[in-house]
Amino acid sequence: MTVQDKIAMPRPSLGFWLRNQMRNVAPFATLLCLVVFFSLASPSFATADNLANILTQISVTGIMAVGLTFVILCGEIDLSVAAVANATGIAVAYFTSQEAYVSIANIPLPGWAAIILALIGAGVLGLVNALGLTLIGIPSFIMTLAMMQIAAGVSAMLVRGQIAYAVPDIVTTIGSGSIHGVPWIVVLLACFLIVGHVVLTYTRFGRYVYMVGGNREAAEYSGVNTKVILGAVLVISGVCSGVAGMAGVAHFGSAQQNEFDTYLLDSIAAVVVGGTSLFGGRGSIGNTIVGLCVLGVLNNGLDHVQIDSFLKILIRGLILLAALVINVYAQRLRDTAAVRGEV
Amino acid sequence: MPTPLLEMIGITKSFGGVQALKGVDFALQAGEIHGLVGENGAGKSTMMKIIAGVHSGYGGRMTIEGREVNFRSARDALAAGIGMVHQELSIVPDLSVAENVFLGKQPIGAVGQVRWSTMVREAGEQLRKLGLDVDPRTRIGSLPIGLQQLIELARVLFSGARIIILDEPTSALSPPEVEQLFSVLRALKREGRSTIFISHFLDDILRVSDAVTVFRNGRKVADSAVSTIDKGWVIEQMIGVGHDDLEESYTGAIPLAAKPSAPVVMAARNLGASRFFRDVSFDIRAGEILGIYGFMGCGQVELARTLFGKIAPDHGTLVLEGTPRRLRNTAAAKGAGIAFVPESRRSMLFHHEPVYKNASIAILDRISRLWLKPMREREITQVQIGALNIRPPRADALLGSLSGGNQQKVALAKWLTHPPKVLVLSEPTRGMDVGAKDDVVRIVRSLRDQGLAVVVVSTEPETVLSLADRILVMKKGAIAREFADGSISKDRLLEAA
Ligand SMILES: Nc1ncnc2c1ncn2[C@@H]1O[C@H](COP(=O)(O)OP(=O)(O)OP(=O)(O)O)[C@@H](O)[C@H]1O
Ligand SMILES: [Mg+2]
Repeated sequence: MTVQDKIAMPRPSLGFWLRNQMRNVAPFATLLCLVVFFSLASPSFATADNLANILTQISVTGIMAVGLTFVILCGEIDLSVAAVANATGIAVAYFTSQEAYVSIANIPLPGWAAIILALIGAGVLGLVNALGLTLIGIPSFIMTLAMMQIAAGVSAMLVRGQIAYAVPDIVTTIGSGSIHGVPWIVVLLACFLIVGHVVLTYTRFGRYVYMVGGNREAAEYSGVNTKVILGAVLVISGVCSGVAGMAGVAHFGSAQQNEFDTYLLDSIAAVVVGGTSLFGGRGSIGNTIVGLCVLGVLNNGLDHVQIDSFLKILIRGLILLAALVINVYAQRLRDTAAVRGEV
Repeated sequence: MPTPLLEMIGITKSFGGVQALKGVDFALQAGEIHGLVGENGAGKSTMMKIIAGVHSGYGGRMTIEGREVNFRSARDALAAGIGMVHQELSIVPDLSVAENVFLGKQPIGAVGQVRWSTMVREAGEQLRKLGLDVDPRTRIGSLPIGLQQLIELARVLFSGARIIILDEPTSALSPPEVEQLFSVLRALKREGRSTIFISHFLDDILRVSDAVTVFRNGRKVADSAVSTIDKGWVIEQMIGVGHDDLEESYTGAIPLAAKPSAPVVMAARNLGASRFFRDVSFDIRAGEILGIYGFMGCGQVELARTLFGKIAPDHGTLVLEGTPRRLRNTAAAKGAGIAFVPESRRSMLFHHEPVYKNASIAILDRISRLWLKPMREREITQVQIGALNIRPPRADALLGSLSGGNQQKVALAKWLTHPPKVLVLSEPTRGMDVGAKDDVVRIVRSLRDQGLAVVVVSTEPETVLSLADRILVMKKGAIAREFADGSISKDRLLEAA
């Protein structure tokens, strides 16, 4: 309308960029520090074999973390991932014929049927979460906490304190086989990460996930069906957990109760340590990958150095705390920046 | 002239490569109400944030009573007696009204406890001075945005600050609240306090201020005592000569268009929603702009939300193109061809996302089925940036880095690429400068001429008068009056409300 001065393209300074990228830079720096530290502290850490070990160790956590990334990006949480994984792993064994000494009243089915049934089961558990959150309006924190119990109950009912060993062949291969020296389970993780990344970055659904997490009210006023999106991410999380559960059972070589208990904390930690905001809207599969590596390196590295194994638990806790502090601090920086209008 | 209370000399400020202020001088006298005007993106808010200590990295000098100051934070500025109400509300939605009024300075008792009863009582008193009768214990997020704005004003007005900065304080207020605010400002002035008042309502500025400063494109272009200038002068300084048509004050009679014979697109029959409004009936035809005017809290805001499926009506029916419809949610409303721009920027924009993602979100399903087409989104956005003159004109700029008025333009741009059948606009020109308002009027009229049905809801008489072909006035949740076929003036509209 008036002759404006030519508007210069902004050239952000380095400090400005760093402050903006804090959420991405900090986890990466943490990873580098850990790798350098353990490489110096133990000659057995930085070897090709050990790298393969680390990748295998993070696979099950990683597959769950993919689903969780969707949920956390929406600003919600799924506390039932490990329990759902456990139940699915047990379910697939329940539908497979077991050795005679395993006295479970199970229903043997062909391998493919067992897998499909187990996966449907995981999806249904996710769907129950979704309905609780969207239709009834139970906060996801509470809803999935209840689901954690429900899934644990399903597991208990199916195995009744026993341990099952047999799972369908294909599941066994994925859990413990390898191709050209690369464990199948790592390949599976890679597939999940890639698909997760593609969906989040390049599809319309992915955009909605970010928008619903970024400002749910604004998404709603843009005509986005936020309930469908929230429901969908919980179902996705359920299915990812299910796959992780099956692969995990084959990987461990047995299906029993409570064998996934530590995975809940690990998968949430992986997502959050990677820098995905607990408040939603910011983060990516890339962040989750860094978070997984931090966790994997930490868990694995601590086994390579000579310290009290009880101390290790404490150290792990402290490092996770530090990561959470950074996450919340990054959010604070962003909020004050927003007040100043200099996002 | 005596030493100014506050003086800013040669202020410069840039964000990345964008220079928002290019050597600006500004002076504020003690006991003065100083109006600050300028186009969207002229640098008004940036300048005020410097005074209030929000931006600390800037060039130039700032003095208070002749002594140079350099605030490192908003806290420093507060300690020096400077209080600011920001353009974007900064209330905490989940706290009570009282806690928001006393945010950061709650009365503390002997053992460090918060003195609740004192807080509630004093908050109540302060709000009454602004003519408000709200329970200070209510959760502030549950109140309408205009009330939130007033409560935020109370926080600064009664904080004891010597210099009070109000960045577009009246953008969500209706005339009675504006009057109340002005009388409070005049009372503060008699106490010797100074106010800087930013607004795009030039009539308001001229009515309440003693002096006016005009910014344009990061520079100060003029200042003057109010007694010697008029609206035409201000507009000329703001955007240059040849804009006589923007001067209209709507004091005379404005002709209303005759009803088109086109089919009725949307009809409400005895629509009501619990305590918000009741028995609302109207028809909107294709190619018609229906204005709904009412003071704050008269139910028109909720009515607009009901039309978009956000609030479920508990009686009455909504008829779309002849069929009664129950809109289960906003997605259903959108599917039925309805679009909505709410009055609060906070509830319709994504501050941390680039402009193009903001502009494309509502029409994403039209441009992509499965895969996103970011290039296409940028092209579409670029067209809207041109049409609405959004500054900076970059589809990749982060929304939060735009000035308030430019953000509002983005909000409007969301729906314009694939116009719906019914467009519901709540305060569509909030925070826009005179030129931009004019652009919006032009755009909305051209949509109407393409056969869209438009509903404009506002608490601001000018918005309704400049756009509507027919006006409904709402009063205490019911339709009090309809103005159609004939003419109307601002006075008659206010009388009916
Ligand atoms: N954080 C930021 N990053 C980049 N640019 C910014 C930032 N904050 C403001 N700007 C730019 O500075 C210029 C001045 O903005 P400012 O908010 O001061 O305008 P304003 O006069 O208050 O306009 P309005 O009437 O629309 O509120 C604009 O071009 C804006 O895009
Ligand atoms: Mg501004």
